Amino acid sequence: MDKLAPQLYKKMLLIRKLELRLAEIYHTDAVKSPVHLSVGQESIAVGICDPLNKDDLVSNTYRCHATYIAKGGDLREMMAELYGKSQGCAGGKAGSMHLVDMKNGVVGASAVVGTTIPIAAGLALAMKFDAKKTGKQRIVVSVFGDGGTEEGCFYETINFAALRKLPMIFVCENNRLAIHTPIERRWATEKLCERIQTYGIETHKIDDADVFKIRETISSAAEKIRNTGEGPIFIECATYRWLEHVGPFDDHKDNYRDLEEYARWKKNDQIDRLAGMLDENTRNQIQQEVTDMIKDAEIFAENSPYPAAEELYTHVYAH
Amino acid sequence: MSMHTNSVATSLQKDQQDLHLIRYFEALREAFDQEMTRDPNVFLFGLDVDDHKGIQGSTLGLVEKFGRDRVFGTPLSEDAMTGVAIGAAMAGYRPIHTHIRMDFMLLCMNQLVNMAAKAHYMYNGQVQVPLVVRTMIGRSWGQGGQHSQALHSLFMHIPGLKVVAPSNAHDAKGCMIAAIRDNNPVIFIEHRLLYSTEGFVPKNSYEVPLGKARILVPGSDVTIVAISHMVMEALRARKHLDSIGISAEIIDPISLWPLDMDTIVASVQKTKKLLIVDNAWLTCGASSEILSRTIEMFQEEDHVLPAIARMGFAPTTCPTTRPLENLFYPNGRTIAVKAYEMVKGKSAKAWEPPVDARAEIDEFKGPF
Ligand SMILES: Cc1ncc(C[n+]2csc(CCOP(=O)(O)OP(=O)(O)O)c2C)c(N)n1
Repeated sequence: MDKLAPQLYKKMLLIRKLELRLAEIYHTDAVKSPVHLSVGQESIAVGICDPLNKDDLVSNTYRCHATYIAKGGDLREMMAELYGKSQGCAGGKAGSMHLVDMKNGVVGASAVVGTTIPIAAGLALAMKFDAKKTGKQRIVVSVFGDGGTEEGCFYETINFAALRKLPMIFVCENNRLAIHTPIERRWATEKLCERIQTYGIETHKIDDADVFKIRETISSAAEKIRNTGEGPIFIECATYRWLEHVGPFDDHKDNYRDLEEYARWKKNDQIDRLAGMLDENTRNQIQQEVTDMIKDAEIFAENSPYPAAEELYTHVYAH
Repeated sequence: MSMHTNSVATSLQKDQQDLHLIRYFEALREAFDQEMTRDPNVFLFGLDVDDHKGIQGSTLGLVEKFGRDRVFGTPLSEDAMTGVAIGAAMAGYRPIHTHIRMDFMLLCMNQLVNMAAKAHYMYNGQVQVPLVVRTMIGRSWGQGGQHSQALHSLFMHIPGLKVVAPSNAHDAKGCMIAAIRDNNPVIFIEHRLLYSTEGFVPKNSYEVPLGKARILVPGSDVTIVAISHMVMEALRARKHLDSIGISAEIIDPISLWPLDMDTIVASVQKTKKLLIVDNAWLTCGASSEILSRTIEMFQEEDHVLPAIARMGFAPTTCPTTRPLENLFYPNGRTIAVKAYEMVKGKSAKAWEPPVDARAEIDEFKGPF
């Protein structure tokens, strides 16, 4: 725990502060991109990515800032991407919803719900092939929301991954909302893990977003898959989205969610919790480091040029 | 915006009385309200239709008025929900299935193309599929590659589907009513930047027939056929052209399939010049279709072929960053310059129209 708490605290704080900074500057129009913020949900991304290797992959949805940062995606390139600049992780062509950093194991995100789930399985299939040649089993973690599990391709992928014992971990970030529609209006029953078990898949349900628990669960799942070459493993993590579905604002005034639930989740905030576990010196030092990193990324983004007109036509086809 | 409104208003029949000035989304809501009141078999469903944002306001108040049996949200299961809509339509109901982006309709393609479009024919008339699929083209504020696609030509390609893309409040209401009453699957295409545009709309119920184009502004020097949001850009281009004495006739096909070629060809016979501005890519697009049919019809009549040109999206994925996105779309100025070249010839001296005020684009602050 000695090193772990400051490490996890720093990653979660970086995500939180960066996203709140985006919310703060959103009105300036520097970020002309629809932002789906993960404020309140950071412990999942950090718990997932912390035990992964650099050459493991994480795949996510449009709500992808948190996993991008947690997996070690380049912060400067992320900020420049949000600013639409040429030094962004996708040269300004992707924006917030499609962050990508293959060199750090961040698979490109998709804004069409569910689409990345089978693609993660394809990456896992390739890793299974690769392991036969290299003797080293890498893994993929596929992250999606509760809404993502409603698409047909989710079940089709679960079946295939179980059939072929793919080296992957599925993580459902269950914030009980799809835009504004609560889970009760979308799911016939909430027995998601039970449904997945019927495919012969090992499942874990974590209902308090405890960052250590998530980290430990992923860590042992990853180890098991690496040792045997066989997966998949499924993890459902309960969480709560503090801000609106897309955009910088708190929308609790819109009256579509339960304020008591919000209060419970705020009390359970993993960033506060870990802050309380650190001595003041460590805490201050981490806060300063995080602030500096964000400032540095912002300056980089501001100074980066916009892409030149010819860039419109690059990468339409691979050469 | 008012430019658009006026030109539509002047092109309306004078006998349509009792108009009110409302926005595109309100015109749609009025259509749903009136049709659901008229016909108890009409129901409206799809992701987010019942939340407090109500699909840009177009479905607000409908749950309260018609109840949750007739207005309901769904799980994120577009493929299956399309099948459900088709089944209900076969059973005699008139579903309106709603998608907040056209991009998501790619998940419905199998059901729409293999079932909805074919059932009436394949089962030799034993069933009908009176289904409306509403969908929205996105643009701007970093919508990017997967929230900005305009895929109308995919649907135009399929026998059995009808495709409409009204560009103003009046036609949105009338077309929606016609689409709901039609006994075929109709793909109803809206545009994110059109919802707040205002227009004079009859308070009563009326149909804008599917398959009839509208001459928005008459002109004599060049015919500009524009689709969906590009109608607004074409009207801006017309103003620029007007300022240098070029008279452009602006035609909105409204209905992309069936396509009213007679109106277009009659106009081109007069102007001898056809510029098509699609709100989409050009290859195998609506513009290709309009152009080929124009030439076929001219040839049939042994007329001298007209001058022709097309404009549309750059042949790339839509980038999010503003400077590249600006290059991706035609605009009032680029359209005006193209029309100017067609009228004055290639050797005419270069002309640069002044910068436009593009309220619906400039004012759009996202995110969605
Ligand atoms: C296929 C598809 N349908 C609909 C949408 C519109 N949409 C965007 S996010 C969203 C809700 C998704 O909820 P969930 O998967 O739980 O993820 P969360 O946003 O809560 O992280 C919807 C319906 C979409 N992007 N893609």
